[in-house]
Amino acid sequence: MTAETALALYQTMLEIRLFEETLYRLFSTRDMPGSMHQYNGEEAIAAGVCGHLVKTDYITSTHRGHGHCIAKGADMNAVMAEMFAKSTGCCAGMGGSMHIADFGVGMLGANGIVGGGIPHAVGAAWKCAYKGDGGVAVAFFGDGASNEGSFHESLNLAAVWGLPAVFVCENNLYGFSTHYRRVTPVEDIACRAASYGMEGLVADGMDVEDVYAKAGDAIAKARAGGGPTLLECKAYRYMGHSRFENPTYRPKGELESWKARDPIGAMAARLMGGYGLGASEIDGARARAEAKVAEAVAFAEGSPEPGPKDYERYLHA
Amino acid sequence: MGYERVADAIRAAIIEEMDADPDVVMLGEDIAAFGGAYRVSEGLLERYGPRRVLDTPISEIAIAGTAIGAAMTGLRPIAEFQFNDFMACAMDQICNQAAKIRLMMGGQVRVPVVFRAPYGATGRAAQHSQSLEAWFAHTPGLKVVMPSTPYDAKGLMRSAVRDDNPVVFLEHKMLYGAASPGGKAKTVVGVLGPSFREAPEDPYLIPIGEADVKRAGEDVTIVSTGYMVHKSLRAAERLESMGIGCEVVDLRTVSPLDMGTVLRSVGKTGRAVIAMESVGDFGVAAEVAARLAEDGLFYLDAPVRRVCARFVPIPFAPACEADVIPSEEDVVAAVRAVCA
Repeated sequence: MTAETALALYQTMLEIRLFEETLYRLFSTRDMPGSMHQYNGEEAIAAGVCGHLVKTDYITSTHRGHGHCIAKGADMNAVMAEMFAKSTGCCAGMGGSMHIADFGVGMLGANGIVGGGIPHAVGAAWKCAYKGDGGVAVAFFGDGASNEGSFHESLNLAAVWGLPAVFVCENNLYGFSTHYRRVTPVEDIACRAASYGMEGLVADGMDVEDVYAKAGDAIAKARAGGGPTLLECKAYRYMGHSRFENPTYRPKGELESWKARDPIGAMAARLMGGYGLGASEIDGARARAEAKVAEAVAFAEGSPEPGPKDYERYLHA
Repeated sequence: MGYERVADAIRAAIIEEMDADPDVVMLGEDIAAFGGAYRVSEGLLERYGPRRVLDTPISEIAIAGTAIGAAMTGLRPIAEFQFNDFMACAMDQICNQAAKIRLMMGGQVRVPVVFRAPYGATGRAAQHSQSLEAWFAHTPGLKVVMPSTPYDAKGLMRSAVRDDNPVVFLEHKMLYGAASPGGKAKTVVGVLGPSFREAPEDPYLIPIGEADVKRAGEDVTIVSTGYMVHKSLRAAERLESMGIGCEVVDLRTVSPLDMGTVLRSVGKTGRAVIAMESVGDFGVAAEVAARLAEDGLFYLDAPVRRVCARFVPIPFAPACEADVIPSEEDVVAAVRAVCA
């Protein structure tokens, strides 16, 4: 990986982290609409995977989708405005945190239904294969979704049709409050790939370089017509499942042990170590991210709310 | 010469659309190599090849969800479910995803997908016999079409494929008229007479959302869909000889519901019977009755009556199925009751 790529991945992770931290403060101190599911701790996955994608590639996301949106290149102003339910939001204030999407950059949507977006990625991959446009589609989903029927049906169909899809399982150990090993009889969800005759890979989801390397292999294979891959990225959700929920179900010390391996801190150290960057470049990345998030908040705050009947124009095309 | 069976009419519409637009593709169980359980896609694999006509695993979630994803990114898929009862397996994709994606995402995307399925009772018991239009009509964001003739089926299928929104297209099994190789179709095609209007080869469109008056009359309006339109038309002939003139309104589309045509008819006749093969309770017939009460109460000279399936799972034994499913006689009796 070049220093330039490494810095770009770092920048993406930092933007996601600052976006989420800012949003948490906003939810704590203001009357924000709705709820949210935060991505802190899992940034290396979105950054490492989307680092290989271009605008015309597709992703589908989960209820925890802010990071995917930002990593895929969505306009942060519009993403933040959607959190505020403003008409300038990427979904015009009609979707909110759980349904953010930016079709202009191939982000086909967060999804309020666990596993709901996985087959959409299969469909997008089908379109890419049919058109022969060289595109790939990546489905992000969690450990919980791997126990949904849509996971099985989607991976099976993508495999038998040989589609350019990559299935990225973000195993953050918990489906809401339930540890995945209480409801999943295998340690590595990636091993489920075997039942679809596809390759299953495990990446360290706290290490953006590892994610980037393995996602690169899977995406290149898909692009070259080699069919789908299941990539499991093991990571940890720093926050509760949703807004203000206190994750009492976690053993003491677990959060701290994962935070000790924080993907952003680790990457900063590597940038200043092996990649030979200076503190000024790290500080510059942070300053850029802070400015971007601050601008997004100001944009959202200054944007108008939708009119009470605005939804009528969106029901049918 | 035209198409005298609904299976042929729908296939002709699909061929016209697939010839005109390379983005129209098909997927479903047994649709390609086998030609479809009800033969709608017969010959289409040979005509368009395996890149446009695809067999799927028995995976209704993936059929619906893959079609949605492809529709969101530029294709116009036609997804076949072998029976509308099997759509229950894909309800999240159809009702939570396809129906809502456009609004949830602030109008950024179109979801031009057709979900086709056979419906109706033909002696296959509770899980292969239902008429489930109300499930889909109850979900905002879906259009729901159920044609009664080859003519309507062809024009409506072409409109469904061209529509930029998800359309649930329900086809009554008794009206297909085609059988699997070596099989024998259970059908009423061939005995329905001229009201089962054939579809011409010439291209034409029938707009989604427009009802059609299938028979004019002065005394009572029968609002109907699908195969029940034909039972209602036969009932109307018998009632004519009893001196009762029936106007038969075929909704053709149940969502959006063309109440304008219904209200115009009831404004003339002053009486309404709603005849549908689905269960009446909480269904499309109930919706029509409710809207008549809201918007047409002062037209009515008698209470509205529904002629619908009884509120039970459809039993296998032929005598029991016949008791549950509404008949021509039931329509006659209901019309006589509202005209008494």
